[in-house]
Amino acid sequence: MQTTDSNRWRTIDIVVASVIAVAFGVIFWAWGVVWSATEGAFSFFPPAQTLIYGVWLVPAVLGGLVIRKPGASLYCELLAAIISALLGSQWGTIVLLQGLMQGLGAELAFAAFRYRSYRLPAALLAGALTGLSAAIFDFVYWNAERDIAAYRLPYAALTIVSATVIAGAGALALTRALTRTGVLDRFPAARERTLI
Amino acid sequence: MITLEPIARPGAPLARRNPVAKLAAAMLFAFPLMTTLDPVTPAIAIAVELAVLPLFGVHPGLLARRAWPLLAAAGGILVTLVLFAADRSGQVLLDAGPIVVTSGVLVTALGLVLRLFAVALPGVIVFATTDPTDLADALVQNARVPARFAIGALAAFRLVPLLGQEWQMITVARRARGVEAGRNPVARLRLFVSTAFTLLVGAIRRGTRLAVAMDARGFDSGVPRTFAPPPAVRRGRLAARRRRATATAGPHWP
Amino acid sequence: MGAGVRVRGFGWRHAGRRGWAVRGVDLRVECGEKVLLLGASGAGKSTLLAALAGLLPEDSGEHEGTIEIDGRPATEARDGVGIVFQDPQSQLVMARSGDDVAFGLENRGVPTGQIWHRVDEALRRVGFPYHRDRPTAALSGGEQQRLALAGVLALRPGLLLLDEPTANLDPTGAALVRAALARAVDADTTLILVEHRVAEALPLVDRVVVLEPGGGIRADGPPEAVFAAHGDALAAEGVWVPGRTIPPRRAAGPGGEVLLTAERLGQPPRLSPTNLTVRAGEALAVLGRNGAGKSTLALLLGGLLRPGTGRLTATPELAGADARTAPHRWRAPALTRRIGSVFQNPEHQFVTGTVFDELALGPRRTGVPESTVHDRVAQLLDRLRLDRLAAANPYTLSGGEARRLSVATALATAPRLLICDEPTFGQDRRTWRELVELLADLRDAGHGLVAVTHDAEFVAALADRTLTLTPPAADPVPR
Repeated sequence: MQTTDSNRWRTIDIVVASVIAVAFGVIFWAWGVVWSATEGAFSFFPPAQTLIYGVWLVPAVLGGLVIRKPGASLYCELLAAIISALLGSQWGTIVLLQGLMQGLGAELAFAAFRYRSYRLPAALLAGALTGLSAAIFDFVYWNAERDIAAYRLPYAALTIVSATVIAGAGALALTRALTRTGVLDRFPAARERTLI
Repeated sequence: MITLEPIARPGAPLARRNPVAKLAAAMLFAFPLMTTLDPVTPAIAIAVELAVLPLFGVHPGLLARRAWPLLAAAGGILVTLVLFAADRSGQVLLDAGPIVVTSGVLVTALGLVLRLFAVALPGVIVFATTDPTDLADALVQNARVPARFAIGALAAFRLVPLLGQEWQMITVARRARGVEAGRNPVARLRLFVSTAFTLLVGAIRRGTRLAVAMDARGFDSGVPRTFAPPPAVRRGRLAARRRRATATAGPHWP
Repeated sequence: MGAGVRVRGFGWRHAGRRGWAVRGVDLRVECGEKVLLLGASGAGKSTLLAALAGLLPEDSGEHEGTIEIDGRPATEARDGVGIVFQDPQSQLVMARSGDDVAFGLENRGVPTGQIWHRVDEALRRVGFPYHRDRPTAALSGGEQQRLALAGVLALRPGLLLLDEPTANLDPTGAALVRAALARAVDADTTLILVEHRVAEALPLVDRVVVLEPGGGIRADGPPEAVFAAHGDALAAEGVWVPGRTIPPRRAAGPGGEVLLTAERLGQPPRLSPTNLTVRAGEALAVLGRNGAGKSTLALLLGGLLRPGTGRLTATPELAGADARTAPHRWRAPALTRRIGSVFQNPEHQFVTGTVFDELALGPRRTGVPESTVHDRVAQLLDRLRLDRLAAANPYTLSGGEARRLSVATALATAPRLLICDEPTFGQDRRTWRELVELLADLRDAGHGLVAVTHDAEFVAALADRTLTLTPPAADPVPR
């Protein structure tokens, strides 16, 4: 069987990557509806947010793990950001900047593995780096003027841990679960599935 | 429900400008503000933003509806600064154990809160007046974004309202199966993940079929693409029918 | 000009599958011929159609044999072939109708000056009733399929392939699409159509080809000859062969105890206030055209939606002491022991990773002991022909299997009342017949049954009583 080593994106790569970003746009919208009470509490005490920070970073890692082409992480996370802006995000253009940085983080991880390995180490590194880029952004912008030792560093560390666990390990588990449903049969991830 | 509804007054002079130009202007205006810490600069910026609002045809009520979650974030700024401010100079206004509020802390908080609004509002205004199709067209023509990616993203974006409805159906289908979380947050989280998973499976299935249908109509044929010129009628209608996606909470049923 | 098709020893195996989807096919179709392609579910009709359209990329499976369109390999002849698929939602690309038809022309590099002329011509051919600026999201399913057909016809294909283009549509929409096909496909275009509902397809074709599920071609010839020789076998395999009716299953006696009463039950603006009673031992069919609120009524009766107007009352016969509270307030496990709901899209109801766990979920949630759970699941697997699939992931099932599983999951908690939304939608004749038998057995065993449906044959075969909904307020038919 021929493999898809070529770095050129097929139509299905483009559309499914886009659909993943769109689906997460809807999932995040639903998250806001389901958790509106907790959302408020999180906003008033942002450090608590770091626990679930990784949720927002899942598209970056998932895009890379499913599409397995250079640029996939960056494309998914940036498009997810554009979609949330089009759907009326209160953060305006800031989300584009954040999406760009977070996507780059995961992208660097897959590039470090030369776009050849998509197993646990790559997924965890992608989660950690997308978390790191998010943490850097927050360190500089959102958390300015707070105490470094008591606030900014612990906040950054928790962000990275959350991203590694939720976005890294979580996106890998999600990819495997999706593979078992057969919807990824036209993607390299499905080659790891047993024949049915 | 996620629905499509018109948002900007179509006759407004800036609403119909090239989306890429509007976006670039918003970024040029907002990003330098990200480094400010004093309250004065962002206050002036907010005044400017509100002054140009009528040019974009955005109703102030709409802007308020979009931006109100920022108030919670502003509260977060105040709380964390009171607890964790690096600089506690100035006159002590309140001293209660770990909570020390000084005039310096309040000025810093005011600066950050104003900056929050000043940086966010330009983007909110621009996106509120931008049609996704126009944005994709402009990205291809002005920002050299490859047409394959812009069209693929646009085709997927069309699925947003559909996926919003699917979310509601998947949610009630879980209740029909005897699955509900009640007040237990862990159970709620698991239910949420399971709902999201089913949504994602359906979305990827749709995406795969869509990609095949696009290829069947020559999307990947490698022939240089032509572009249908927008007919003269279109321009007028477009303005009259400027729509965009907006998210408003509340159930919506088939 | 029409295109000629030569298929020699063709086979295809999807990546990740052990078995061949289609194999050993030899077929010749001349220019301008109109062919109906038949076969049991899983015989590989859609795969063969995708191969003819040159849409089976090498990276998605393994192939043998050759397919040539006018002497060129199918993968290189795609500019002369058009295909319309089943699902309207996933073949429209653009937000505006005209842009969607122009999409293919732009891809093929048609000169800018000709595009709108060809778009308008294609829209006229399919009888598209709106201006080309009409948002695609505002179209009904039948209109979307006509638009998809226009998008394909604008490219002037010599070979037109149709993969069950009306299977996802209600009868009105399906009739519109068939009418569009009849007027839009000209005499010299070669046509290959896959369709379970033979009677509706016959006016469009002059030749029938039947695929053998194990591989090869079973029959090929004029419709009358093929159905005379193979009609019974095809009907048994699930093809809707004309002239073979299924005997109706009526209730032996009148309905039994009242289970649910709806008084002015409604959900503005989707469902106008409705009165009805649901009885044990009776099959009630809810009819009405699109937009009449049938699915909303199903959700309301299923206790899944808070009524907007009026009220829904359960009797003690159905709910015991809980009869004093409205069904939408019941806890989910209590609800699922009393009222089972089967959704239009089976996948919306899947929660677990295997067919077995899917069936065990309801009983486990309602506190059935694990030993009993196993017995109950085994029975259901057997009764609905799913035993071979116990370990399979629910999302990998075929349409018919997924439908049977979704019905089985609702039955697993033995609810007294079963509510089904379009249970027979898109099903082949075999699954259809099994569903009728199963639902009739349930009814005869004293269960209540409500089915929301467009399927007139299903109503004729099973319903003891019908209720026709009318759309709320004045909702003019779009024209």
